[in-house]
Amino acid sequence: MDITTTYLGFKLRSPLVVGASPLGDSVDNLKKMEDCGAAAVVLHSLFEEQLRLEQYELHHHLTHGTESYPEALSYFPEPQELLVGPEAYLKHISEAKKAVKMPVIASLNGSTLGGWTSYAKKMEEAGADAIELNIYYIPTDLNLPGSVVEQTYIDILKAVKSVVKIPVAVKLSPFFSNMANMAKRLVDAGADGLVLFNRFYQPDIDLEQLEVVPNILLSTPMAMRLPLRWIAILYGRLNTCFAATSGIHKGTDVIKMIMAGADVTMLCSVLMRHGIEHIAVIEREMIQWMEEHEYESVSQMKGSMSQKSCPDPAAFERAQYMRALATTKSL
Amino acid sequence: MSKKTYITLDGNEAVAHVAYRCNEVMCIYPITPSSNMGEWCDQWASEGKPNLWGIVPTVVEMQSEAGAAGAVHGSLQTGALTCTFTASQGLLLKIPNMFKIAGELTPTVFHISARTVATHALSIFGDHSDVMAARSTGFALLSSASVQEAMDFALIAQASTLEARVPFLHFFDGFRTSHEVSKIEMVTEDVMRQMIDEDLIIAHRLRAMNPERPVLRGTAQNPDVFFQARERCNPFYLKCADITQKVMDKFAAITGRQYKLFQYVGAPDAERIVVLMGSGCETAHETVDYLTARGEKVGVLKVRLYRPFDIKRFCEALPATVKSIAVLDRTKEPGSAGEPLYLDVVSALNEGLSKGWVKSMPRVVCGRYGLSSKEFTPAMVKAVLDNLSKAEPKNHFTVGITDDVTETSLEYDPEFSTEADDVIRAVFYGLGSDGTVSANKDSIKIIGENTDMYAQGYFVYDSKKAGAVTISHLRFGKRPIRSTYLISKANFVACHQPVFLYRYDMLKHLVPGGVFLLNTPYSKEEIWDKLPRSVQKALIDKKAKFYIIDAVSVARKTGMGGRINRIMQTCFFALAGVLPKDEAIEAIKQSIKKTYGRKGEDIVRKNIEAVDQTLDNLFEVPVPDKVTSTFDVPPIFPDAPEDIRNTLGVIYGNRGDELPVSAFSPDGTFPTGTAKYEKRNIAIEIPVWDEKTCIQCGKCVMICPHASIRMKVYEPQYLNGAPAGFKSTDARAPEFKGLKFTLQVAPEDCTGCVLCVEVCPARNKTEAKLKAINMQLKDPILDQERENWKFFLELPEYDRRKLKVSQIRQQQLMTPLFEFSGACAGCGETPYLKLLSQLFGDRVVAANATGCSSIYCGNLPTTPWTKNNDGRGPTWNNSLFEDAAEFGLGFRVSIDKQRDFAIALCKKLAPVLGDDLVTAIINADQSDEAGIYEQRQRVAALKQKLANVQTPEAKMLVAIADNLVRRSVWIIGGDGWAYDIGYGGLDHVLASGRDVNMLVLDTEVYSNTGGQMSKATPRGAIARFAAGGKPMAKKDLGLMAMSYGNVYVASVAMGAKDEHTLRAFLEAESYPGVSLIIAYCHCIAHGIDLDRGMGARQQKLAVDSGQWLLYRYDPRRLEKGENPLQLDSPPPKIKVEEYLMTEIRFKMLTKSKPEEAKRLFALAQQDVDNRYRFYQYLAQRDFKSMAPQQAQTPAGEAKQ
Repeated sequence: MDITTTYLGFKLRSPLVVGASPLGDSVDNLKKMEDCGAAAVVLHSLFEEQLRLEQYELHHHLTHGTESYPEALSYFPEPQELLVGPEAYLKHISEAKKAVKMPVIASLNGSTLGGWTSYAKKMEEAGADAIELNIYYIPTDLNLPGSVVEQTYIDILKAVKSVVKIPVAVKLSPFFSNMANMAKRLVDAGADGLVLFNRFYQPDIDLEQLEVVPNILLSTPMAMRLPLRWIAILYGRLNTCFAATSGIHKGTDVIKMIMAGADVTMLCSVLMRHGIEHIAVIEREMIQWMEEHEYESVSQMKGSMSQKSCPDPAAFERAQYMRALATTKSL
Repeated sequence: MSKKTYITLDGNEAVAHVAYRCNEVMCIYPITPSSNMGEWCDQWASEGKPNLWGIVPTVVEMQSEAGAAGAVHGSLQTGALTCTFTASQGLLLKIPNMFKIAGELTPTVFHISARTVATHALSIFGDHSDVMAARSTGFALLSSASVQEAMDFALIAQASTLEARVPFLHFFDGFRTSHEVSKIEMVTEDVMRQMIDEDLIIAHRLRAMNPERPVLRGTAQNPDVFFQARERCNPFYLKCADITQKVMDKFAAITGRQYKLFQYVGAPDAERIVVLMGSGCETAHETVDYLTARGEKVGVLKVRLYRPFDIKRFCEALPATVKSIAVLDRTKEPGSAGEPLYLDVVSALNEGLSKGWVKSMPRVVCGRYGLSSKEFTPAMVKAVLDNLSKAEPKNHFTVGITDDVTETSLEYDPEFSTEADDVIRAVFYGLGSDGTVSANKDSIKIIGENTDMYAQGYFVYDSKKAGAVTISHLRFGKRPIRSTYLISKANFVACHQPVFLYRYDMLKHLVPGGVFLLNTPYSKEEIWDKLPRSVQKALIDKKAKFYIIDAVSVARKTGMGGRINRIMQTCFFALAGVLPKDEAIEAIKQSIKKTYGRKGEDIVRKNIEAVDQTLDNLFEVPVPDKVTSTFDVPPIFPDAPEDIRNTLGVIYGNRGDELPVSAFSPDGTFPTGTAKYEKRNIAIEIPVWDEKTCIQCGKCVMICPHASIRMKVYEPQYLNGAPAGFKSTDARAPEFKGLKFTLQVAPEDCTGCVLCVEVCPARNKTEAKLKAINMQLKDPILDQERENWKFFLELPEYDRRKLKVSQIRQQQLMTPLFEFSGACAGCGETPYLKLLSQLFGDRVVAANATGCSSIYCGNLPTTPWTKNNDGRGPTWNNSLFEDAAEFGLGFRVSIDKQRDFAIALCKKLAPVLGDDLVTAIINADQSDEAGIYEQRQRVAALKQKLANVQTPEAKMLVAIADNLVRRSVWIIGGDGWAYDIGYGGLDHVLASGRDVNMLVLDTEVYSNTGGQMSKATPRGAIARFAAGGKPMAKKDLGLMAMSYGNVYVASVAMGAKDEHTLRAFLEAESYPGVSLIIAYCHCIAHGIDLDRGMGARQQKLAVDSGQWLLYRYDPRRLEKGENPLQLDSPPPKIKVEEYLMTEIRFKMLTKSKPEEAKRLFALAQQDVDNRYRFYQYLAQRDFKSMAPQQAQTPAGEAKQ
């Protein structure tokens, strides 16, 4: 059974890649992932805005209340060195590279064009095998046209590509007027891979406190339908590779994604829920299914159920109400 | 001679620079103003900086100065080079060990930033009362007078002690020298190596206790030999002065700076001489230079080595022409024949005369000056010298004050000045929060390091923590600056906050033609009309050059928030002409990069942007020739009684120096109820009540640290005559049916800390971002709210006897007798004190340990403790840092004794008083408000009946009858007191069984002295002396107290569960034995958004994570067969790390030592898990079988 695949130019032992999550924070976890069969890992995202805010926070608290009162001219010893920039993240990359053989993909969320490029370059220098651009942007300006937002994605990608030699994947949201066109533009701009999709945290309302609260939920199997559709639609039409993320919980989910056209699948919530060891379980499930159905390799099944190759290509384009309409008519 | 290297630093750092390199062990305990020396050493040790021998010294923080001295003694006895740093009460605590260390001829140096010893009041400022108290210990006393000398003498003392074997106390003036920033020649490590004789160190090692060659020290001796043995050390003392001079000479050969044990400066043929020690020498030197240049035959003798006092060298140092000497002591010894230096001088002259070292006996007079850093100026030196010219000079005089009681003071001409024309002198008025001082310290460094000019900075701080005002005094000149006094003739005055225009006479000290720089939101066309008349007049009279900048606007545009310091600094350099403008701006930018580089590129970028945008916004305002303003500086304390306005009001107006001796009580007594007169108006925004949304829960009133939001219920008719904008609504509680309810803010006393809004649980139904109180800009509503507040205060108080005190919504109707403190805006401690004042304030006797609470409770001019309408209220006192528990126990014993005596007298006087009254008094139930009210009525009746009885017993009973009303003794202090320095006393009082209540305001760090680690500091927290995160878990004080079995113990966090706090206070006070409440207090030293109302949220997170447990241990429950421990915290809801990462004290460790943070945070989680399980286990034990015979009852007397 050949379960190898390729992603961003890397030959991988399987399509099981650990997606960006807090699990990647520790080198011990990375080793464990590799031991359990992970083919590659995407580290948690470096957020430029967060780094900046932390700098302000630290500066504020180290100066607040100082030089005011004669007995307490300051309240904290100031360390000679403070890791307020990306140093900790970069150190983690190099330690990860020393600890594991699988490709280590750094993930970046910038807030300025300069931030995107400088951090990407530093990640490359720290030893990252590839970079995943986690473009996490929720436009709320009523006067900002969608075209400007789309161009921002392109500009970021081009800027990063211009400063690094390692492969660059783009993790994007599904919220574009024409997802297919956006995907094409990104590939044209140099994306070595597309990661579909970014799952934004959706806030909730706490009725008791009357507060808007972040509601961080792990993905459910239903979440995989969206990337499944778009990978199936885009497969074979764009010269790039695809990573499927969201809702992949079982071996059969992996198989579905590969059949849709994914080169790799990103595991995240399932590992948060069941532990890193669960990678091996999914791999076993996947192999078992392939054996039972007499598939020889991952490459054999890749894209076999994409829009291009599936028996009913229109099914990927139908909206739900059409299906409902059809059902009504048949009654 | 070594190459000269210059450095700009303060006296403390100068001393630490030498002490660190010349020692291996430092045992310390924080105390102002010496704390920084230990902190520097700790910082260098944490950075791995080696000493002269390539070893990183060890810095040990002890539980008290007494502990530090013991550890020093031990370290010295076993051969390490050891030193310590302290001041004031700290030095006093070290005295017992100093006798031992000296008695054993052990070389060491104690570096002392000399500070006033507390007498009628505490003072953190400088004088020699502490070192004079230690002068009999056998230590040599070496006095340095400037930052340069402080560094030099630190080394001279170190070299001398090693050779002499006499331990040295090296002292310099607290604040004036310890905190003065000055450009000096650095003592390099190379110089230190040349000065320190390695053979002497080896000799010290060989004298050490060593089981390989055992010795016995510390024996007990009897009358037969002690005396002789004590005299055996004489040869060492006889040689000590020679050795010190020899070391000084060697130092001179290396550095070119020649010092003498007694250093004379002045006319060679001087007839009048002043003798003194410390920083005053520099001012005297400057004055003598000035006067001799004008032909006066005067001089100054600077005493360097005060002990051992070298009589011969003293006599020889005096010019033969001297006719009269004034000896100045910076201390007071009431009842003595004279202050110590004077007595030594008289004695020395007498002996010198007999030995022929002086030819004739000059007239010698003495005087006191400069107590508690009182200014000592050239004008005062001149007055002292002028006094000597008189036929009958005043003796035992004071100078610098007006003594209109015993007429000791010398008059002086405040206009007399010796300031040189070529010295640039600048004064800056700023707020602590705007960064003025740090920018000025930076300016001194810039000038010190980039030019050949000398620079000096001295900073006057505020005793308030919220809205603190700072005044910076900066001098720059071509010659070393000896002016150890504040600037009174400034070329440049900057006002960084426009509100100061209405509070301070800033232009008083501006020289004619000087520059006045004002930060103001007004344009150059508008500003003139916005100035008070007196400011306009001063600008015109002085022909001042007037500049303005809207620094707040520039700061806002460049993302600097409220930090206008770099903007104002740029203006200073642009206007003062110390450096060429471009060069100065480049230097500021370089400094920004150096200072903020490690904090991140963004911080640097913003500061540089602010500098770049400054000059375009700096404008000169032409000064008209006429005063046109229609208003002037408002009066201070306008509503206060005249005596308060004329004393405390004057102090508040920054003119306390002008008050004469007669303005004060002779024993340090002051009235309470004075904070209300301040009206500090420091809030930009204040909470405004929405009566429709309010649920009248009282939570905002309870949490308010400043008692500036209050509620009342009252009969509707009282609304007659209410101001038009006064808000009122129907009271919601069934008990208050038919009554009206008002929540009112004191607009001028509120600090705008937002805590009340944060804890408000009510949300507006149509716009959920609004609560029942919402912050609004103060200025537009100030007049209305001021009227409302005045009317609100006039509404009647609800009868305390009718309140259900266990319900916050009712209890918070009780009037706070603690209001408007100067604590930090949003303080976590003061809500507890306010609650205590509401519940029991009219009968509280409070003993307060030194610390934050003693400062905001008792630092002049005002106190937040106040009185109710009957004139009753808490009576408060601060003894020391270490003895609050014992002090409070003394209250209890005394009160109980007088109560017993009163009861005995009642019985004796029963025929006069009537049996019924006596019986009722003796058997009174005072367990609630009604009972206390009735007892007060009885005591009033008793006094009335005895009013005309003139027997001694009747008079005595009237004097002590108040003790018949139940007194509530409270012992208050922080964790530094309870866990560390005062623990021994606290533990003893816990074991006493007496009816006292101890309230530990646990901020988990020494907040008042700048964030040093205490044993209450949690694991993983960064604090001073725990720069790498505290490695050990927090001490469980509550558990230790519970082990006695008969102590009521509660651990509370008001911000997490206010009802629990209220219950604990009620239970503690009602418990007829010792009660201990450990109260979690969020604090500025935690690195949280204190001024944005986040304190309560942090308390909740601490409880939710299990980091702070809520529990009550009530021994009374045992009697009912119940487990005395009630664990009131539910199992932790969140991980500890989630909480830790919300406070900079923990989070910073993840940025400085990420791996260590990971390790310590994991251990912190284990601590929490284990502690919760342990408490749960204890709380679940079945005590049914133990009741009631095994229950322990308090040893103290039952509540009446």
